[in-house]
Amino acid sequence: MQTLNDLFLIVSGLLRGAMGSWGFAPGLTDAIMALVSFVAIAALVTVNIIVILWVDRRFAAFFQERLGPNRVGPFGLLQSINDAVKLIGKESIMPAAVDKRVYKFAPVLIFTVTIVLYGFLPYGKGLAPIDMGAGLLFFVAVSSTSTIAILMAGWGSNNKYSLLGGMRTVAQVISYEIPLAFSMIGVVMLSGSMNLGSISAAQHTLWNIILQPIAFFVFIVASLAELTRSPFDMTEAEQELIAGYHTEYSGMRFALFFMAEYANLFSVAALGATLFLGGWEGPLLPGYLWFIGKTWAMVLVILWLRWSFPRARVDKMMKFNWKVLIPLSIANILLTGVGIKLYQYFSTVGR
Amino acid sequence: MSDTLETQEYSLNLGPQHPSTHGVYHARLRLDGETIVSCENVIGYLHRGMEKLAESRTYAQFAPFTSRFDYLSGALNTWGYAMALEKLGGVAVPERAEYLRVIVGELQRIASHLVMLASMVIDLNAVTGWMYAFTAREGILDLLEAVTGSRMTINYIVAGGVIEDLPSEFESKVKRTFEDLRSRLADFDRLVSGNEIFQGRTKGIGVIESGTALEFGMTGPNLRASGVGLDLRKDAPYSVYDRIDFEVPILRGGDTFDRYYIHLLEIHQSVRIVEQALDGLPSGPLRTKLPKAWKPAAGEAFGTIESTRGIQGYHIVSDGSERPYRMHLRSPAFANIAIVPEIAPGLTIQDFVATLASLDIVLGEIDR
Repeated sequence: MQTLNDLFLIVSGLLRGAMGSWGFAPGLTDAIMALVSFVAIAALVTVNIIVILWVDRRFAAFFQERLGPNRVGPFGLLQSINDAVKLIGKESIMPAAVDKRVYKFAPVLIFTVTIVLYGFLPYGKGLAPIDMGAGLLFFVAVSSTSTIAILMAGWGSNNKYSLLGGMRTVAQVISYEIPLAFSMIGVVMLSGSMNLGSISAAQHTLWNIILQPIAFFVFIVASLAELTRSPFDMTEAEQELIAGYHTEYSGMRFALFFMAEYANLFSVAALGATLFLGGWEGPLLPGYLWFIGKTWAMVLVILWLRWSFPRARVDKMMKFNWKVLIPLSIANILLTGVGIKLYQYFSTVGR
Repeated sequence: MSDTLETQEYSLNLGPQHPSTHGVYHARLRLDGETIVSCENVIGYLHRGMEKLAESRTYAQFAPFTSRFDYLSGALNTWGYAMALEKLGGVAVPERAEYLRVIVGELQRIASHLVMLASMVIDLNAVTGWMYAFTAREGILDLLEAVTGSRMTINYIVAGGVIEDLPSEFESKVKRTFEDLRSRLADFDRLVSGNEIFQGRTKGIGVIESGTALEFGMTGPNLRASGVGLDLRKDAPYSVYDRIDFEVPILRGGDTFDRYYIHLLEIHQSVRIVEQALDGLPSGPLRTKLPKAWKPAAGEAFGTIESTRGIQGYHIVSDGSERPYRMHLRSPAFANIAIVPEIAPGLTIQDFVATLASLDIVLGEIDR
């Protein structure tokens, strides 16, 4: 059981040992191990996107009395791969009037940000590729840079619909980042650390969702807006803005935006699972399976919301953020602080 | 802030290639940010010269064209055309045919209203509601296909009657379909109408006052959602509507939500009408046969019908030959779309899309 739990650590230990015995310099070993982690993450991102896309389609079909993709491969499992190959094969059209450098760089940037985010996630005990003391802070900081990529795409495309989509993104994502970050503060106060691994470990006895239900609610809503997922998908509202910021993109450039969206869905769900559902903490099964399972539960909730709700109105959504979510998250911080102090006081009095 | 920051208005062509212009409607918008300053309707992308085509065809030959006007309610178009011809030539229609017309016409109204509900909610990105309504429509289309032989461009109602009798076991099929329809509508209602976000998107948006609506010649559900209870089936009963017990739903808000909700209410009334018509179906001939080269006496006639989108009128001028001298269509969607530039200023793009969807336009009828 323990072997299974530490499977990846053992493999990485073996690799390091082998490289040591071959007489590699420690710096080179580290570099190679970093490369190995990167390849592992990239593989995870790709596989995840393919699976999420399939689940999204089949799940939606289940909601809507349809069959969904069921032709390519068993149960249509290979449909997403088929689509990816199709998109690679397509011409990546670049309209004449675009701002070329900005237009080309935006999809690369957004996908880079997405992959970097996967590096911070604690997949199991000691299984965070980048184990950083202030990991949570860094995660939030990196994830907000994707706003710039979207604005670049919207501006660079030289299309009014794209520009509107880009502008909506900036207004929306920047505003919703505040309650998102505030909702995490309560968790940080409880676990006394910003390291994602320590946060998971601190939930050994009790998950944060029980201690922080308000923060969890705020987190879900704010992360939907961060992800620009329905009901807050104003940035690419197809009925209003054609496809928003990626209207002018085609072929692989479009695929990068598309994949980044689904990859982000997984990484934010994973963050939610880590902060509120105990991350890799769980009995019996190996930690990474718990982590993946909880993340998928979060992903399914987000997809469920997408298939149930219409799109919100831009102005009402912003009002909801400033008038409800932010006060709520601040009140939650206050309550958490008072709660922690009371707990400390009574536990010392009782002794 | 607004004193120091200089903003600029810009134009945006919404359509003719746009996901939510319901075909090839084109709105030329002037925008300040996302708020519409002014709006200009551009129509005609689907113009097929139907009225002119009528002049070179015999009366019977033109009948199939009429179901291409408002392609979502083809049977009602042909009914309106047939009524105009009957008025022109003084043709009597057998009673059984009138009942069959009511059955097919109301089934067609249900199918068309379901498309309206579906496209309305998909324009607000409620994707699941869209599928629910379209699946419900399939059942109705199956019924229509069983009677008339086609799903969309129905050519069942002809001058003098109808062409076919009901198929066997039609009543039990209708019963099953309506049970299914009721449960699906209840699902749809729970999923969409009560949704906080949906109401936030539609309530108080794109309000049309009853006076304005009348000035612009609006008819149909759009007018009845503004509080004017004009429905030809009640106010100037044609066919056998005076023998059928049904209500005309009237809402007073005049906003996007009311225009959406009245369609749901009307579907329930249409179900009632079909059930009563099936119960009261008399036996008898189906059709007063007209000669192949039918030549009505010189003169003119204006036949009106309460179509899905409002009052549809056919004005036919005969010069005594077998072809109409002139045929003109009074299309309800044409009058309904005219109000868009009036209500658009002040709406955002999002509201505009919702309002346009609630007006339930069909470009085939606007452009002809």
